[in-house]
Amino acid sequence: MHPFLQSLAGGVLIGLASAGLLLVNGRIAGISGILSNALTVRPGLWRWAFLGGLLAVGGALAWRAWPVPAALTAQAPAGLAVAGLLVGLGTQLGNGCTSGHGVCGLSNLSLRSLVATSVFMVAAALTVFATRHGAAFIGLVR
Amino acid sequence: MRVLCAVLFGALFGLGLLISGMLDPAKVLGFLDVAGAWNPQLAFVMGGAIAVAAPVFLIARRRERTLLGDPLELPDRRRLDWRLIAGAAIFGLGWGLSGICPGPGLVLLGFAGMPAWIFAGGLIVGLVAARGLLPRPDPGEAG
Repeated sequence: MHPFLQSLAGGVLIGLASAGLLLVNGRIAGISGILSNALTVRPGLWRWAFLGGLLAVGGALAWRAWPVPAALTAQAPAGLAVAGLLVGLGTQLGNGCTSGHGVCGLSNLSLRSLVATSVFMVAAALTVFATRHGAAFIGLVR
Repeated sequence: MRVLCAVLFGALFGLGLLISGMLDPAKVLGFLDVAGAWNPQLAFVMGGAIAVAAPVFLIARRRERTLLGDPLELPDRRRLDWRLIAGAAIFGLGWGLSGICPGPGLVLLGFAGMPAWIFAGGLIVGLVAARGLLPRPDPGEAG
């Protein structure tokens, strides 16, 4: 299957899961929010159930000895820790991530989510520009 | 029933992340690298997800109850504030550094070993720290 079609199919599954959680559980499928609230004193069983389903996919992949992405193992541990910390701080402060704002919020025609999605997309693209092309851009290397 | 469905939706979400290519930081960073060898593939993930979810959200806006009769409340906050903007910018910085957002970060935990645990550890510390340092604007579900 063409990679574009494969991504489209994966996106459709994510959309179906988000639609289902809304219609059946009455909840927004925002991963950062679900995870954050799952760590509170009274998390609600549905949150851990949803996270359990998500984690089970990773478990199934381990069982099938799925290859670990080289682009993950190549990263310095300290860099991963800092990146994870920033993702956690940012999504808690901004009330959402790629799923909550990017999929559910935009589907709900939320202006807040449109602004948030635009900001994190631009910030992420600028970060990649700085790490990949920054040195060449300021003339350190050619 | 509700819990069983939530497990199913979580698994479906994770399967979608796998099939779509979102679990591979190389693809994510390639999508974000608009000035380099830009790979537009992952634009189709959000496109496909919204194409399916948006009609359902529009229907849900007119309903007050879920299919099982529980209250259904969609977020209706409208105010744009510094928290939203700063939070999104900080998230974008972390996403652009690693190529991992929260959903893929959790799926990777199952099979990617130590690097995934380090990222998820940072993620959880960040979520809890921000929650502890800042008063929440409302008790509603975050995104």
